[in-house]
Amino acid sequence: MQEPLILHAGDSALVVEFGREIAEDINARVHALDDAVRQKHIIGVTETVPTFRSLTVFYDPSVLSGERLQRKLLKLCKGISVSADTAKKIVEVPVLYGGSYGEDLQDVAAHAGLTEDEVIKIHTATDYRIFMLGFLPGFVYLGGMDKRIACPRLETPRTKIHAGAVGIGGEQTGIYPLASPGGWRLIGTTPVRPYDNTRTPPVLFSAGEYIRFVSVTEDEYREIEQQVQNGTYVCKVTGGAEK
Amino acid sequence: MSIRVVKPGVLTTVQDGGRTGFQAKGFNVSGVMDRRAYRLGNFLVGNYTDEAVLEMSMFGGSFTFLESNYIAITGADMGATIEGVPAPMYETIFVREGDTLSFGAAKDGMYTYIAFAGGLDIPQVLGSRSTNLKCALGGFHGRKLKAGDILPFRKPLDDLGDLRVHRLPEERYDSNAPIRVVLGPQDDYFTEQGIRTFLSAPYRVTEQTDRMGCKLDGETIEYKDKVDIISDGIVFGSVQVPPKGTPIVMLADRQTTGGYAKIATVITVDLPRLVQKKPGDTVYFEAISAKEAEKLLKQEQQQFETLLLHYGEDLIG
Repeated sequence: MQEPLILHAGDSALVVEFGREIAEDINARVHALDDAVRQKHIIGVTETVPTFRSLTVFYDPSVLSGERLQRKLLKLCKGISVSADTAKKIVEVPVLYGGSYGEDLQDVAAHAGLTEDEVIKIHTATDYRIFMLGFLPGFVYLGGMDKRIACPRLETPRTKIHAGAVGIGGEQTGIYPLASPGGWRLIGTTPVRPYDNTRTPPVLFSAGEYIRFVSVTEDEYREIEQQVQNGTYVCKVTGGAEK
Repeated sequence: MSIRVVKPGVLTTVQDGGRTGFQAKGFNVSGVMDRRAYRLGNFLVGNYTDEAVLEMSMFGGSFTFLESNYIAITGADMGATIEGVPAPMYETIFVREGDTLSFGAAKDGMYTYIAFAGGLDIPQVLGSRSTNLKCALGGFHGRKLKAGDILPFRKPLDDLGDLRVHRLPEERYDSNAPIRVVLGPQDDYFTEQGIRTFLSAPYRVTEQTDRMGCKLDGETIEYKDKVDIISDGIVFGSVQVPPKGTPIVMLADRQTTGGYAKIATVITVDLPRLVQKKPGDTVYFEAISAKEAEKLLKQEQQQFETLLLHYGEDLIG
């Protein structure tokens, strides 16, 4: 493993860069450092933002100098261990595929030379790592999609996509957490809300976890939707560290 | 009680220091554009805490006070009047019930703030009263103000009490002094020539500039092979260079992460001067060390603390 680089992002943030590509081991180190920084409660550190391959650490230089923070971060980097034996935490996300819930499923299937069912089978067969959140509250950047179902984005993005839409954009897949414009191909909709500012916590997913999409019927979708509205639905979770 | 919006202006929103602590989950920070004007405004009305203010952009609105309160106007000069009589800026002023406070076009700068003694009674969302327009979150129903809106005060003051009338020197935004930056975090994506261009060429603020970013036009910055990067974090003041080669400085409504190389970061104490630049204004950049930038920020922090310590002493009114 190469030594992380510590870079300045102005006078109130440092960037700890573990690499310049998308890779699980690099991302695992980012999250391990993030956990270490959070647990350490360093006075003067105000916020951390993990991304694919780096951790941005915000600080208040009137409390803690960048120089001292840099030394602390390097020390923490030495101590982090990314153990492969920690079981993956997998969050199951129910999805109703196709029809009016995923109006581009047909096009994605046609592009891939597969049937709609085959696309669903492939899409639900992978546990997708959440590399980071960004762009919108609760928007997850997922890795690991099977390239057989990759599909170029729409030439003309839709002006409004509903919250909960599950889509494919190029070699990526993801969920729209709130209604927004977007160019991804929509293959389904989840009744769960990745983002809800009236809920605690407002965002359902955390980086470092995995998402497993599970195909549900329209009846099941309705039932889950009802439970989500009542605030009683809890996504099935497997693995993860015991807490 | 409250104020009623008579005319909203171009873009008037409720803002405070921003919604921090949730960027890891994708929440934009939002918050005021000019943090200095914001802090001084709150100081002038005796708000020690991070109270929400109204931020007006380019052309201000008019507001009828349904209850008397002390206020302060800071930031860009929009020719404020109370019942037609010019109102001073950077001064604690009293507005009587029934009076209308009106603003026009910004004469210098872009953003003007109204701070109210005791703040505005707006619910906090994730610890902040700032309006996130993109997500329709926080602030006044997640949107910009419109005519007829009524915004309640939190703890208005009907007499001065411990509060003193203060006057501070007005800030000026017409200086052409360079905006100082710390190079990085991705300055190594650019050629030496590219960095020289960035640090010497004049850049013009374009019409596309908004609360999300200051989009600049001018000489293109030469890069090595590409400026597309694997997304990483963005801060208030990150200078992104997209493939066409002209810089964008990311501001209050920036997204949390981005996929373009960032040649530099504007230092915190120079952000107010940058955000107050209008379309057509010229910007020059100058590099300083991170250590020097931290020192300048600490000095500014000490100035604020000194102001607070001597609160009540330099009474003018």
